[in-house]
Amino acid sequence: MELRVSDLAVARGGLPLIEGLSFAVSGGEALVLRGPNGSGKTTLLRTLAGLQPPLAGQISAPPEQMAYAAHADGLKSTLTVRENLRFWAAIHGQNGVDAAMAAMNLTDLADRQAQHLSAGQKRRLGLARLLVTGRWLWVLDEPTVSLDVASVALFGEVVRAHLARGGAALLATHIDLGLPEARILDLGPYKAEMPADLGFDEAFL
Amino acid sequence: MIALLIRDLRLAFRAGGGFGLGLGFFLILAVLVPLGVGPDPQTLGLIAPGILWVGALLACLLSLDRMFALDHEDGSLDLLATAPIPLEGVVAIKALAHWLTTCLPLALVAPVLGILLNLPGPGYLWLVLSLLLGTPALSMIGAFGAALTVGLKRGGLLLSLLVLPLYVPTLVFGAQSVTRAAQGLDPLTPILLMSGITAGSLALLPFAAAFALRINLR
Repeated sequence: MELRVSDLAVARGGLPLIEGLSFAVSGGEALVLRGPNGSGKTTLLRTLAGLQPPLAGQISAPPEQMAYAAHADGLKSTLTVRENLRFWAAIHGQNGVDAAMAAMNLTDLADRQAQHLSAGQKRRLGLARLLVTGRWLWVLDEPTVSLDVASVALFGEVVRAHLARGGAALLATHIDLGLPEARILDLGPYKAEMPADLGFDEAFL
Repeated sequence: MIALLIRDLRLAFRAGGGFGLGLGFFLILAVLVPLGVGPDPQTLGLIAPGILWVGALLACLLSLDRMFALDHEDGSLDLLATAPIPLEGVVAIKALAHWLTTCLPLALVAPVLGILLNLPGPGYLWLVLSLLLGTPALSMIGAFGAALTVGLKRGGLLLSLLVLPLYVPTLVFGAQSVTRAAQGLDPLTPILLMSGITAGSLALLPFAAAFALRINLR
């Protein structure tokens, strides 16, 4: 299994951010995206996940193979931890809710409503969702925001176990996850030139 | 998809879910109208079908902006769009959940409020029937409007303005069928026309709404 991206260009709000980007990730690999704020990491990940079309270029793997995790965790505050996870497992036709809770150290919180969790606990629940999607490629946008040191290490273990199962991960993150085998891709050299004049239509897209 | 329906129903019935908002509004309207119009049974019976239908329509409108906005705020909508169920199915299920939690209770409670408004005898059956057949169109058109305005902050006013003109045919035919039944005339023609609108919206609007959602998620 492999994701191959060739000559990709992405835009946000009609402005091109990245162009000429090519890379490949295959099963068992992790790729960390680096770049300053506004360099297009989130836009790139949203494009890969199929939430917006690329300006140009090819993405070899369809969005159906990717599990996307964004800044927002997609949790319902009046549902319990277990109910939230069960919903996403059912949507993806998977089981393993208990295993996912155990992996992210949420078993003790299983029957607590998401609105009563701390920010870090919510994040752990949002990341546990990845385990019930059953998809091989994880596309993660700043997965460690509001996690403490122990939870970051825990999540590093979860990612490593996912890689060992033949999965792959694409992470946009500023901190070290404790994954020495991860390759690092700096987005700086792929920054797009600002076009001289923007198309009139682009203002409305 | 059934998991999504169960989740939406569960969310609606939990605290702050908005179940009962439309029902409460409908109740208040039907209680206040006789106080405002006066106690004359003749007048009330004459306006009852229209009042009940307008009330049901506005009650339906009240909870529309929550349909996609809440999922958009907490990021669920992005994740649903990347999930293995088609976005058209998501829209249809969301509209169904809205109908079950908002419109179905309205149709069931309408005969009781009909008594308050002195609705003539033959009207009751057709009141319930026309609401049952007409309100699915209100939910589906509403889902389309909610999908169009999902990214906007405080999009409620725009949503109402977009959706109200599309509600008019359903309102006209729905209220007309009850009025005709109450006067002892044949209500079949308007109710069939209204059912046609419902069938058409259910068939076409999930695709339009899913398309609007995809554009708004970009």
